[in-house]
Amino acid sequence: MTTSTAAPPGKSLEEIADGRIQPLRRPGRWIATVVVLIVLAQFAHGFFTNQAFEWARFRYWFVRPVILEGLVLTLKVTALSAVFGFLGGVVLALGRLSRSPLLRAVSWTYIWLFRSIPLIVLLLLIYNFSALYHTLSLGVPFGPSFATFTETDLFSATTIAVVGLSLNEAAYAAEVVRAGILSVDQGQLEASHALGLPKLRQFRRIVLPQALRAIIPSYVNQLIGLLKGTSIIFYVSLLDLFGEVESLQSTYPSDIIPLLMVATFYYVLLTSILSIIQYYVERYYSRGALRTVPPTPIQRLRATLREFREKATER
Amino acid sequence: MSAALEIHNATKSYGAHRVLDGIDLTVEPGQTTAILGPSGSGKSTLLRVINQLERLDAGYVQVGGELIGVRIRGNRFKQLSDREALKQRAKIGFVFQSFNLFPHLTILDNVIEGPLAHKRATKQEAREQGERLLARVGLLDKAQSYPRQLSGGQQQRAAIARALALEPELIVFDEPTSALDPELVGEVLGVVRDLAKSGTTLVIVTHEIGFAREVADRVVFLDAGRIVEQGSAADVLDNPRHQRTKDFLSKVL
Repeated sequence: MTTSTAAPPGKSLEEIADGRIQPLRRPGRWIATVVVLIVLAQFAHGFFTNQAFEWARFRYWFVRPVILEGLVLTLKVTALSAVFGFLGGVVLALGRLSRSPLLRAVSWTYIWLFRSIPLIVLLLLIYNFSALYHTLSLGVPFGPSFATFTETDLFSATTIAVVGLSLNEAAYAAEVVRAGILSVDQGQLEASHALGLPKLRQFRRIVLPQALRAIIPSYVNQLIGLLKGTSIIFYVSLLDLFGEVESLQSTYPSDIIPLLMVATFYYVLLTSILSIIQYYVERYYSRGALRTVPPTPIQRLRATLREFREKATER
Repeated sequence: MSAALEIHNATKSYGAHRVLDGIDLTVEPGQTTAILGPSGSGKSTLLRVINQLERLDAGYVQVGGELIGVRIRGNRFKQLSDREALKQRAKIGFVFQSFNLFPHLTILDNVIEGPLAHKRATKQEAREQGERLLARVGLLDKAQSYPRQLSGGQQQRAAIARALALEPELIVFDEPTSALDPELVGEVLGVVRDLAKSGTTLVIVTHEIGFAREVADRVVFLDAGRIVEQGSAADVLDNPRHQRTKDFLSKVL
Protein backbone atom coordinates (compact mmCIF):
# COMPACT_ATOMS: atom_id res chain seq x y z
CA MET A 1 0.00 0.00 0.00
CA THR A 2 1.51 3.35 -0.98
CA THR A 3 -0.27 5.44 1.64
CA SER A 4 1.13 3.44 4.53
CA THR A 5 4.66 4.61 3.66
CA ALA A 6 3.58 8.26 4.11
CA ALA A 7 2.07 7.57 7.55
CA PRO A 8 4.28 8.38 10.54
CA PRO A 9 5.53 5.29 12.34
CA GLY A 10 3.23 3.89 15.01
CA LYS A 11 0.02 5.28 13.53
CA SER A 12 -2.42 3.10 11.63
CA LEU A 13 -4.42 4.35 8.65
CA GLU A 14 -7.59 4.20 10.75
CA GLU A 15 -6.09 6.49 13.38
CA ILE A 16 -5.03 8.97 10.73
CA ALA A 17 -8.50 8.92 9.23
CA ASP A 18 -9.92 9.85 12.65
CA GLY A 19 -7.89 13.05 12.78
CA ARG A 20 -8.90 16.37 11.27
CA ILE A 21 -8.21 16.98 7.60
CA GLN A 22 -5.74 19.79 7.07
CA PRO A 23 -7.36 22.42 4.87
CA LEU A 24 -5.84 23.38 1.52
CA ARG A 25 -3.74 26.55 1.59
CA ARG A 26 -5.08 29.32 -0.62
CA PRO A 27 -2.47 32.06 -1.06
CA GLY A 28 -4.55 33.96 -3.63
CA ARG A 29 -7.33 34.41 -1.11
CA TRP A 30 -4.89 35.71 1.51
CA ILE A 31 -3.43 38.31 -0.85
CA ALA A 32 -6.92 39.52 -1.86
CA THR A 33 -7.90 39.81 1.81
CA VAL A 34 -4.86 41.92 2.66
CA VAL A 35 -5.40 44.24 -0.31
CA VAL A 36 -9.06 44.81 0.58
CA LEU A 37 -8.20 45.46 4.24
CA ILE A 38 -5.61 48.08 3.28
CA VAL A 39 -8.07 49.89 0.99
CA LEU A 40 -10.75 49.83 3.71
CA ALA A 41 -8.33 51.16 6.31
CA GLN A 42 -7.42 54.00 3.97
CA PHE A 43 -11.06 54.95 3.54
CA ALA A 44 -11.69 54.83 7.28
CA HIS A 45 -8.61 56.90 8.01
CA GLY A 46 -9.55 59.56 5.48
CA PHE A 47 -13.14 59.56 6.74
CA PHE A 48 -12.16 60.42 10.31
CA THR A 49 -9.11 62.63 9.73
CA ASN A 50 -10.32 64.80 6.83
CA GLN A 51 -11.04 68.17 8.45
CA ALA A 52 -13.68 69.02 5.82
CA PHE A 53 -16.11 66.55 7.39
CA GLU A 54 -16.06 68.70 10.57
CA TRP A 55 -17.07 65.95 12.92
CA ALA A 56 -17.45 68.40 15.82
CA ARG A 57 -20.20 70.22 13.87
CA PHE A 58 -21.70 66.82 12.97
CA ARG A 59 -21.98 66.01 16.67
CA TYR A 60 -23.50 69.43 17.30
CA TRP A 61 -26.21 69.08 14.62
CA PHE A 62 -26.78 65.41 15.29
CA VAL A 63 -28.99 66.00 18.35
CA ARG A 64 -30.38 69.50 17.60
CA PRO A 65 -34.17 69.53 18.27
CA VAL A 66 -34.79 71.08 14.88
CA ILE A 67 -33.17 68.08 13.14
CA LEU A 68 -34.99 65.62 15.40
CA GLU A 69 -38.31 67.31 14.63
CA GLY A 70 -37.59 66.84 10.94
CA LEU A 71 -36.78 63.19 11.63
CA VAL A 72 -40.08 62.70 13.47
CA LEU A 73 -42.00 64.22 10.57
CA THR A 74 -40.19 61.96 8.10
CA LEU A 75 -41.08 58.93 10.23
CA LYS A 76 -44.69 59.98 10.66
CA VAL A 77 -45.31 60.69 6.98
CA THR A 78 -43.53 57.49 5.93
CA ALA A 79 -45.39 55.29 8.39
CA LEU A 80 -48.84 56.69 7.56
CA SER A 81 -48.25 56.57 3.81
CA ALA A 82 -46.86 53.04 4.07
CA VAL A 83 -49.96 51.78 5.91
CA PHE A 84 -52.55 53.59 3.77
CA GLY A 85 -50.58 52.84 0.62
CA PHE A 86 -50.43 49.12 1.39
CA LEU A 87 -54.13 48.87 2.31
CA GLY A 88 -55.02 50.75 -0.87
CA GLY A 89 -52.68 48.47 -2.77
CA VAL A 90 -54.40 45.33 -1.46
CA VAL A 91 -57.81 46.68 -2.47
CA LEU A 92 -56.55 47.69 -5.91
CA ALA A 93 -54.83 44.33 -6.41
CA LEU A 94 -58.06 42.51 -5.54
CA GLY A 95 -59.85 44.82 -7.96
CA ARG A 96 -57.37 43.94 -10.70
CA LEU A 97 -58.00 40.22 -10.05
CA SER A 98 -61.76 40.62 -9.69
CA ARG A 99 -64.22 38.92 -12.02
CA SER A 100 -66.09 42.20 -12.44
CA PRO A 101 -64.88 43.96 -15.60
CA LEU A 102 -65.78 47.33 -14.09
CA LEU A 103 -63.66 46.81 -10.97
CA ARG A 104 -60.82 45.50 -13.11
CA ALA A 105 -60.98 48.53 -15.37
CA VAL A 106 -61.19 51.02 -12.50
CA SER A 107 -58.23 49.47 -10.70
CA TRP A 108 -56.20 49.31 -13.88
CA THR A 109 -56.96 52.93 -14.66
CA TYR A 110 -56.07 54.08 -11.16
CA ILE A 111 -52.72 52.30 -11.30
CA TRP A 112 -52.04 53.59 -14.79
CA LEU A 113 -52.90 57.16 -13.82
CA PHE A 114 -51.02 57.40 -10.53
CA ARG A 115 -47.97 55.68 -11.89
CA SER A 116 -47.97 58.21 -14.70
CA ILE A 117 -48.19 61.39 -12.62
CA PRO A 118 -44.83 62.41 -11.15
CA LEU A 119 -45.11 62.46 -7.36
CA ILE A 120 -44.10 66.10 -7.15
CA VAL A 121 -46.78 67.13 -9.67
CA LEU A 122 -49.34 65.13 -7.68
CA LEU A 123 -48.33 66.80 -4.41
CA LEU A 124 -48.48 70.27 -5.90
CA LEU A 125 -51.87 69.48 -7.44
CA ILE A 126 -53.25 68.47 -4.06
CA TYR A 127 -51.59 71.48 -2.49
CA ASN A 128 -53.49 73.67 -4.91
CA PHE A 129 -56.63 71.56 -4.73
CA SER A 130 -58.74 74.46 -3.51
CA ALA A 131 -58.39 76.02 -6.92
CA LEU A 132 -60.28 73.01 -8.32
CA TYR A 133 -62.91 72.47 -5.62
CA HIS A 134 -63.60 75.02 -2.91
CA THR A 135 -65.46 72.76 -0.53
CA LEU A 136 -65.79 69.05 0.04
CA SER A 137 -69.04 67.67 1.38
CA LEU A 138 -70.13 64.33 2.79
CA GLY A 139 -73.60 63.11 1.85
CA VAL A 140 -75.76 61.20 -0.60
CA PRO A 141 -74.20 61.15 -4.08
CA PHE A 142 -75.98 63.80 -6.19
CA GLY A 143 -78.27 64.36 -3.16
CA PRO A 144 -78.20 66.40 0.02
CA SER A 145 -74.99 66.67 1.99
CA PHE A 146 -74.60 66.21 5.75
CA ALA A 147 -71.33 67.95 6.37
CA THR A 148 -69.25 70.40 4.41
CA PHE A 149 -65.57 71.18 4.82
CA THR A 150 -63.53 73.95 3.38
CA GLU A 151 -60.08 73.10 2.14
CA THR A 152 -58.26 74.66 5.04
CA ASP A 153 -60.22 72.68 7.65
CA LEU A 154 -59.41 69.41 6.09
CA PHE A 155 -56.03 69.73 4.51
CA SER A 156 -53.14 70.51 6.79
CA ALA A 157 -49.77 70.36 5.10
CA THR A 158 -49.07 66.96 6.68
CA THR A 159 -52.39 65.61 5.41
CA ILE A 160 -51.53 66.76 1.92
CA ALA A 161 -48.22 64.99 2.10
CA VAL A 162 -49.74 61.75 3.44
CA VAL A 163 -52.61 61.80 0.94
CA GLY A 164 -50.29 62.43 -1.98
CA LEU A 165 -47.74 59.83 -0.98
CA SER A 166 -50.43 57.24 -0.17
CA LEU A 167 -52.19 57.72 -3.50
CA ASN A 168 -48.90 57.25 -5.28
CA GLU A 169 -47.76 54.39 -3.06
CA ALA A 170 -51.03 52.47 -3.47
CA ALA A 171 -50.57 52.28 -7.24
CA TYR A 172 -47.14 50.68 -6.87
CA ALA A 173 -48.11 48.52 -3.89
CA ALA A 174 -51.06 47.17 -5.92
CA GLU A 175 -48.76 45.63 -8.50
CA VAL A 176 -46.48 44.20 -5.81
CA VAL A 177 -49.44 42.64 -3.99
CA ARG A 178 -50.95 41.35 -7.23
CA ALA A 179 -47.67 39.68 -8.16
CA GLY A 180 -47.65 38.04 -4.73
CA ILE A 181 -51.21 36.76 -5.04
CA LEU A 182 -50.51 35.36 -8.51
CA SER A 183 -47.50 33.49 -7.13
CA VAL A 184 -49.69 31.35 -4.86
CA ASP A 185 -50.26 27.90 -6.31
CA GLN A 186 -53.68 27.34 -7.90
CA GLY A 187 -54.04 24.10 -5.93
CA GLN A 188 -54.14 26.11 -2.70
CA LEU A 189 -57.27 27.91 -3.84
CA GLU A 190 -58.86 24.65 -4.94
CA ALA A 191 -58.09 23.07 -1.57
CA SER A 192 -59.64 25.99 0.29
CA HIS A 193 -62.69 25.87 -2.01
CA ALA A 194 -62.94 22.16 -1.34
CA LEU A 195 -62.92 22.76 2.41
CA GLY A 196 -65.68 25.29 1.90
CA LEU A 197 -63.72 28.13 3.49
CA PRO A 198 -65.52 31.45 3.15
CA LYS A 199 -64.00 33.83 0.54
CA LEU A 200 -62.58 36.28 3.07
CA ARG A 201 -61.05 33.52 5.13
CA GLN A 202 -59.53 31.93 2.04
CA PHE A 203 -57.81 35.22 1.30
CA ARG A 204 -56.85 36.16 4.85
CA ARG A 205 -55.71 32.79 6.08
CA ILE A 206 -54.53 30.86 3.03
CA VAL A 207 -53.67 33.13 0.12
CA LEU A 208 -52.30 36.29 1.76
CA PRO A 209 -49.84 34.59 4.16
CA GLN A 210 -48.33 32.69 1.25
CA ALA A 211 -48.42 35.74 -1.02
CA LEU A 212 -46.65 37.82 1.63
CA ARG A 213 -43.57 35.70 1.19
CA ALA A 214 -43.27 37.04 -2.35
CA ILE A 215 -44.60 40.50 -1.46
CA ILE A 216 -42.26 41.41 1.37
CA PRO A 217 -38.94 41.83 -0.46
CA SER A 218 -40.49 44.03 -3.15
CA TYR A 219 -42.59 45.95 -0.67
CA VAL A 220 -39.66 46.75 1.61
CA ASN A 221 -37.95 48.06 -1.51
CA GLN A 222 -41.00 50.27 -2.00
CA LEU A 223 -40.85 51.35 1.65
CA ILE A 224 -37.22 52.35 1.47
CA GLY A 225 -37.98 54.31 -1.68
CA LEU A 226 -40.87 55.94 0.16
CA LEU A 227 -38.74 56.75 3.20
CA LYS A 228 -36.22 58.61 1.09
CA GLY A 229 -38.89 59.91 -1.26
CA THR A 230 -40.59 61.78 1.58
CA SER A 231 -37.87 64.44 1.17
CA ILE A 232 -39.98 65.65 -1.74
CA ILE A 233 -42.55 67.12 0.67
CA PHE A 234 -40.08 69.99 1.09
CA TYR A 235 -41.83 71.40 -1.98
CA VAL A 236 -45.18 71.68 -0.20
CA SER A 237 -43.53 73.68 2.62
CA LEU A 238 -43.06 70.78 4.98
CA LEU A 239 -39.75 70.47 6.79
CA ASP A 240 -38.86 66.82 7.16
CA LEU A 241 -35.32 65.63 7.86
CA PHE A 242 -34.09 66.70 4.45
CA GLY A 243 -36.15 69.90 4.54
CA GLU A 244 -34.63 71.00 7.83
CA VAL A 245 -31.14 70.29 6.59
CA GLU A 246 -31.84 72.12 3.36
CA SER A 247 -33.17 75.23 5.09
CA LEU A 248 -30.43 75.27 7.73
CA GLN A 249 -27.84 75.33 4.98
CA SER A 250 -28.82 78.82 3.95
CA THR A 251 -28.36 80.07 7.53
CA TYR A 252 -25.13 78.13 8.19
CA PRO A 253 -23.44 77.89 4.79
CA SER A 254 -20.19 76.65 6.33
CA ASP A 255 -21.94 73.61 7.80
CA ILE A 256 -23.19 72.15 4.53
CA ILE A 257 -21.09 68.98 4.72
CA PRO A 258 -21.82 68.14 8.39
CA LEU A 259 -25.52 68.80 7.87
CA LEU A 260 -25.67 66.52 4.84
CA MET A 261 -23.74 63.88 6.79
CA VAL A 262 -26.29 64.07 9.61
CA ALA A 263 -29.12 63.51 7.12
CA THR A 264 -27.19 60.66 5.49
CA PHE A 265 -26.58 59.04 8.85
CA TYR A 266 -30.26 59.09 9.81
CA TYR A 267 -31.43 57.79 6.43
CA VAL A 268 -28.88 54.97 6.61
CA LEU A 269 -29.98 54.17 10.16
CA LEU A 270 -33.67 54.02 9.21
CA THR A 271 -32.99 51.89 6.12
CA SER A 272 -30.92 49.53 8.27
CA ILE A 273 -33.78 49.15 10.74
CA LEU A 274 -36.18 48.42 7.86
CA SER A 275 -33.79 45.82 6.46
CA ILE A 276 -33.53 44.08 9.83
CA ILE A 277 -37.31 44.04 10.21
CA GLN A 278 -37.57 42.70 6.67
CA TYR A 279 -35.23 39.83 7.54
CA TYR A 280 -37.34 38.73 10.48
CA VAL A 281 -40.70 39.19 8.80
CA GLU A 282 -39.49 37.25 5.77
CA ARG A 283 -38.19 34.52 8.02
CA TYR A 284 -41.58 34.36 9.73
CA TYR A 285 -43.45 33.93 6.45
CA SER A 286 -41.01 31.36 5.13
CA ARG A 287 -42.13 28.83 7.73
CA GLY A 288 -43.59 25.87 5.92
CA ALA A 289 -42.12 26.99 2.62
CA LEU A 290 -38.69 25.77 3.66
CA ARG A 291 -38.04 22.48 5.36
CA THR A 292 -36.00 24.21 8.04
CA VAL A 293 -36.07 27.92 8.76
CA PRO A 294 -32.57 29.45 8.52
CA PRO A 295 -31.09 30.58 11.87
CA THR A 296 -31.28 34.23 12.86
CA PRO A 297 -27.97 36.15 12.93
CA ILE A 298 -28.06 35.97 16.73
CA GLN A 299 -28.53 32.19 16.67
CA ARG A 300 -25.70 31.92 14.14
CA LEU A 301 -23.44 34.04 16.35
CA ARG A 302 -24.22 31.85 19.36
CA ALA A 303 -23.51 28.70 17.37
CA THR A 304 -20.18 30.11 16.21
CA LEU A 305 -19.22 31.07 19.77
CA ARG A 306 -20.19 27.63 21.04
CA GLU A 307 -18.10 25.96 18.35
CA PHE A 308 -15.20 28.26 19.20
CA ARG A 309 -15.43 27.44 22.88
CA GLU A 310 -15.59 23.72 22.17
CA LYS A 311 -12.50 23.98 19.99
CA ALA A 312 -10.71 25.92 22.72
CA THR A 313 -11.50 23.36 25.41
CA GLU A 314 -10.47 20.53 23.09
CA ARG A 315 -6.91 21.80 22.96
CA MET B 1 -83.35 6.24 1.48
CA SER B 2 -81.79 8.44 -1.17
CA ALA B 3 -78.54 7.59 -2.89
CA ALA B 4 -75.31 8.98 -1.44
CA LEU B 5 -74.44 10.33 -4.86
CA GLU B 6 -76.56 10.63 -7.95
CA ILE B 7 -75.22 12.06 -11.16
CA HIS B 8 -77.66 12.55 -14.01
CA ASN B 9 -76.71 13.36 -17.59
CA ALA B 10 -73.57 15.23 -16.54
CA THR B 11 -72.38 17.18 -19.57
CA LYS B 12 -69.56 19.64 -19.87
CA SER B 13 -67.46 21.05 -22.71
CA TYR B 14 -64.30 23.11 -22.83
CA GLY B 15 -64.79 24.98 -26.06
CA ALA B 16 -65.45 22.34 -28.73
CA HIS B 17 -64.06 19.54 -26.59
CA ARG B 18 -66.75 17.57 -24.77
CA VAL B 19 -65.18 16.37 -21.52
CA LEU B 20 -68.31 14.87 -19.99
CA ASP B 21 -70.84 13.50 -22.40
CA GLY B 22 -74.00 12.60 -20.50
CA ILE B 23 -72.82 10.62 -17.51
CA ASP B 24 -75.32 8.81 -15.25
CA LEU B 25 -74.00 7.34 -12.04
CA THR B 26 -75.55 6.31 -8.74
CA VAL B 27 -73.61 5.46 -5.60
CA GLU B 28 -75.36 3.87 -2.62
CA PRO B 29 -74.39 4.95 0.95
CA GLY B 30 -71.37 3.09 2.30
CA GLN B 31 -70.29 1.93 -1.14
CA THR B 32 -66.84 2.38 -2.56
CA THR B 33 -66.77 3.18 -6.26
CA ALA B 34 -63.60 3.12 -8.35
CA ILE B 35 -63.50 5.13 -11.55
CA LEU B 36 -61.03 3.94 -14.16
CA GLY B 37 -60.22 5.23 -17.59
CA PRO B 38 -57.47 6.54 -19.81
CA SER B 39 -56.19 10.06 -19.20
CA GLY B 40 -58.42 12.68 -20.74
CA SER B 41 -61.48 10.47 -20.31
CA GLY B 42 -63.11 12.98 -17.92
CA LYS B 43 -62.50 11.18 -14.59
CA SER B 44 -60.98 14.17 -12.80
CA THR B 45 -63.52 16.58 -14.24
CA LEU B 46 -66.31 14.36 -12.97
CA LEU B 47 -64.90 14.52 -9.43
CA ARG B 48 -64.38 18.26 -9.64
CA VAL B 49 -67.98 18.69 -10.71
CA ILE B 50 -69.13 16.82 -7.61
CA ASN B 51 -67.40 19.35 -5.39
CA GLN B 52 -68.29 22.40 -7.53
CA LEU B 53 -64.72 23.04 -8.55
CA GLU B 54 -66.25 22.90 -12.04
CA ARG B 55 -69.78 23.70 -13.18
CA LEU B 56 -71.87 21.47 -15.44
CA ASP B 57 -73.27 22.67 -18.75
CA ALA B 58 -76.20 20.29 -18.38
CA GLY B 59 -77.40 17.61 -15.98
CA TYR B 60 -77.19 17.63 -12.23
CA VAL B 61 -75.43 16.17 -9.22
CA GLN B 62 -77.15 15.18 -5.98
CA VAL B 63 -75.40 14.28 -2.77
CA GLY B 64 -77.57 12.69 -0.10
CA GLY B 65 -80.63 13.72 -2.09
CA GLU B 66 -79.59 17.37 -2.17
CA LEU B 67 -78.84 19.18 -5.42
CA ILE B 68 -75.28 20.41 -5.59
CA GLY B 69 -74.53 24.01 -6.57
CA VAL B 70 -78.09 24.81 -7.61
CA ARG B 71 -81.61 24.85 -6.32
CA ILE B 72 -84.91 24.68 -8.10
CA ARG B 73 -86.71 27.94 -8.50
CA GLY B 74 -89.79 27.97 -10.67
CA ASN B 75 -88.93 25.58 -13.45
CA ARG B 76 -85.21 26.09 -13.56
CA PHE B 77 -81.99 25.71 -11.65
CA LYS B 78 -80.73 28.75 -9.84
CA GLN B 79 -77.12 28.98 -8.79
CA LEU B 80 -76.63 28.81 -5.02
CA SER B 81 -75.24 31.76 -3.15
CA ASP B 82 -71.61 31.52 -2.11
CA ARG B 83 -72.59 30.83 1.47
CA GLU B 84 -74.90 27.97 0.57
CA ALA B 85 -72.29 26.53 -1.76
CA LEU B 86 -69.72 26.60 1.06
CA LYS B 87 -72.03 24.63 3.31
CA GLN B 88 -72.50 22.00 0.64
CA ARG B 89 -68.80 21.69 -0.01
CA ALA B 90 -68.25 20.88 3.64
CA LYS B 91 -70.36 17.74 3.11
CA ILE B 92 -67.96 16.44 0.49
CA GLY B 93 -64.33 15.67 1.24
CA PHE B 94 -61.82 16.05 -1.58
CA VAL B 95 -58.39 14.45 -1.68
CA PHE B 96 -56.13 15.80 -4.41
CA GLN B 97 -53.50 14.04 -6.46
CA SER B 98 -50.90 16.62 -5.37
CA PHE B 99 -52.17 16.79 -1.76
CA ASN B 100 -52.56 20.61 -1.76
CA LEU B 101 -51.88 20.88 1.94
CA PHE B 102 -51.42 24.47 3.04
CA PRO B 103 -47.63 24.68 3.27
CA HIS B 104 -47.52 27.57 5.73
CA LEU B 105 -49.70 25.80 8.33
CA THR B 106 -48.71 22.87 10.53
CA ILE B 107 -50.30 19.49 9.86
CA LEU B 108 -52.68 19.93 12.79
CA ASP B 109 -53.63 23.45 11.66
CA ASN B 110 -54.33 22.07 8.18
CA VAL B 111 -56.71 19.53 9.67
CA ILE B 112 -58.60 21.92 11.96
CA GLU B 113 -58.86 24.75 9.42
CA GLY B 114 -62.13 23.42 7.96
CA PRO B 115 -63.99 22.84 11.25
CA LEU B 116 -62.84 26.20 12.59
CA ALA B 117 -63.86 28.07 9.44
CA HIS B 118 -67.30 26.49 9.63
CA LYS B 119 -67.48 27.25 13.36
CA ARG B 120 -68.24 23.60 14.00
CA ALA B 121 -66.11 23.50 17.13
CA THR B 122 -64.09 25.56 19.56
CA LYS B 123 -60.37 25.61 18.99
CA GLN B 124 -59.91 23.14 21.82
CA GLU B 125 -62.50 20.69 20.48
CA ALA B 126 -61.14 21.03 16.96
CA ARG B 127 -57.63 20.25 18.20
CA GLU B 128 -58.81 17.17 20.05
CA GLN B 129 -60.72 15.95 17.02
CA GLY B 130 -57.74 16.77 14.80
CA GLU B 131 -55.42 14.77 16.99
CA ARG B 132 -57.80 11.81 16.92
CA LEU B 133 -57.86 11.97 13.13
CA LEU B 134 -54.10 12.24 12.89
CA ALA B 135 -53.79 9.24 15.19
CA ARG B 136 -56.17 7.38 12.89
CA VAL B 137 -53.92 7.96 9.88
CA GLY B 138 -50.81 7.33 11.99
CA LEU B 139 -49.45 10.88 12.01
CA LEU B 140 -50.02 12.07 15.56
CA ASP B 141 -46.28 12.59 16.06
CA LYS B 142 -46.21 14.89 13.00
CA ALA B 143 -48.98 17.23 14.23
CA GLN B 144 -46.61 20.18 14.63
CA SER B 145 -44.59 19.55 11.46
CA TYR B 146 -45.07 21.53 8.29
CA PRO B 147 -46.23 19.66 5.16
CA ARG B 148 -42.94 19.96 3.28
CA GLN B 149 -41.12 18.29 6.13
CA LEU B 150 -43.14 15.11 5.44
CA SER B 151 -42.85 12.42 2.81
CA GLY B 152 -45.43 12.28 0.02
CA GLY B 153 -47.23 9.37 1.65
CA GLN B 154 -47.43 11.18 4.98
CA GLN B 155 -48.67 14.34 3.26
CA GLN B 156 -51.41 12.42 1.50
CA ARG B 157 -52.47 10.76 4.77
CA ALA B 158 -52.60 14.22 6.38
CA ALA B 159 -54.72 15.43 3.46
CA ILE B 160 -57.10 12.55 4.07
CA ALA B 161 -57.33 13.51 7.76
CA ARG B 162 -58.08 17.07 6.66
CA ALA B 163 -60.90 15.85 4.42
CA LEU B 164 -62.28 13.71 7.26
CA ALA B 165 -62.29 16.62 9.73
CA LEU B 166 -65.46 18.03 8.19
CA GLU B 167 -67.19 14.66 8.70
CA PRO B 168 -68.24 14.53 5.05
CA GLU B 169 -71.04 12.35 3.73
CA LEU B 170 -68.88 11.48 0.77
CA ILE B 171 -65.16 11.56 0.09
CA VAL B 172 -63.78 11.76 -3.43
CA PHE B 173 -60.17 10.88 -4.23
CA ASP B 174 -58.50 12.18 -7.37
CA GLU B 175 -55.71 9.70 -8.11
CA PRO B 176 -54.51 9.82 -4.50
CA THR B 177 -51.38 7.75 -5.11
CA SER B 178 -50.32 8.95 -8.57
CA ALA B 179 -47.86 11.53 -7.21
CA LEU B 180 -46.25 9.05 -4.82
CA ASP B 181 -43.15 6.92 -5.03
CA PRO B 182 -44.16 3.24 -5.41
CA GLU B 183 -43.01 2.28 -1.91
CA LEU B 184 -45.24 4.97 -0.35
CA VAL B 185 -48.41 3.93 -2.19
CA GLY B 186 -49.19 1.16 0.29
CA GLU B 187 -49.50 3.35 3.37
CA VAL B 188 -52.02 5.65 1.66
CA LEU B 189 -54.04 2.77 0.23
CA GLY B 190 -54.06 1.27 3.73
CA VAL B 191 -55.77 4.38 5.09
CA VAL B 192 -58.28 4.39 2.21
CA ARG B 193 -58.95 0.68 2.76
CA ASP B 194 -59.76 1.33 6.45
CA LEU B 195 -62.11 4.13 5.42
CA ALA B 196 -63.89 1.85 2.94
CA LYS B 197 -64.37 -0.77 5.65
CA SER B 198 -65.69 1.81 8.12
CA GLY B 199 -68.67 2.41 5.86
CA THR B 200 -67.76 5.86 4.53
CA THR B 201 -68.97 6.48 0.99
CA LEU B 202 -65.96 6.80 -1.29
CA VAL B 203 -65.46 7.63 -4.94
CA ILE B 204 -61.93 6.99 -6.08
CA VAL B 205 -60.29 7.79 -9.38
CA THR B 206 -57.31 5.48 -9.50
CA HIS B 207 -54.86 3.64 -11.69
CA GLU B 208 -54.25 0.98 -9.03
CA ILE B 209 -56.22 -1.84 -10.62
CA GLY B 210 -55.33 -4.31 -7.89
CA PHE B 211 -56.52 -1.90 -5.24
CA ALA B 212 -59.76 -1.23 -7.11
CA ARG B 213 -60.38 -4.96 -7.30
CA GLU B 214 -59.84 -5.28 -3.55
CA VAL B 215 -61.85 -2.38 -2.12
CA ALA B 216 -64.32 -1.30 -4.77
CA ASP B 217 -67.90 -2.50 -4.54
CA ARG B 218 -68.34 -1.13 -8.03
CA VAL B 219 -66.00 -0.26 -10.85
CA VAL B 220 -66.87 2.30 -13.51
CA PHE B 221 -64.92 2.52 -16.73
CA LEU B 222 -64.91 5.91 -18.43
CA ASP B 223 -63.75 6.81 -21.91
CA ALA B 224 -64.18 10.02 -23.91
CA GLY B 225 -66.58 11.46 -21.36
CA ARG B 226 -68.94 8.47 -21.32
CA ILE B 227 -69.38 5.48 -19.07
CA VAL B 228 -68.38 2.52 -21.20
CA GLU B 229 -69.27 -0.08 -18.63
CA GLN B 230 -69.84 -0.49 -14.94
CA GLY B 231 -70.47 -3.32 -12.53
CA SER B 232 -68.81 -5.31 -9.78
CA ALA B 233 -65.04 -5.35 -9.76
CA ALA B 234 -65.06 -8.96 -10.87
CA ASP B 235 -67.31 -8.20 -13.85
CA VAL B 236 -65.52 -5.16 -15.17
CA LEU B 237 -61.93 -6.08 -14.38
CA ASP B 238 -61.96 -9.79 -15.03
CA ASN B 239 -64.65 -10.15 -17.69
CA PRO B 240 -64.82 -6.83 -19.52
CA ARG B 241 -67.46 -6.88 -22.23
CA HIS B 242 -66.26 -3.89 -24.23
CA GLN B 243 -63.23 -3.79 -26.44
CA ARG B 244 -62.12 -0.38 -25.08
CA THR B 245 -62.15 -1.67 -21.52
CA LYS B 246 -60.13 -4.72 -22.59
CA ASP B 247 -57.60 -2.51 -24.39
CA PHE B 248 -57.20 -0.25 -21.38
CA LEU B 249 -56.82 -3.09 -18.90
CA SER B 250 -54.31 -4.88 -21.08
CA LYS B 251 -52.20 -1.71 -21.05
CA VAL B 252 -52.24 -1.03 -17.32
CA LEU B 253 -52.11 -4.57 -15.97
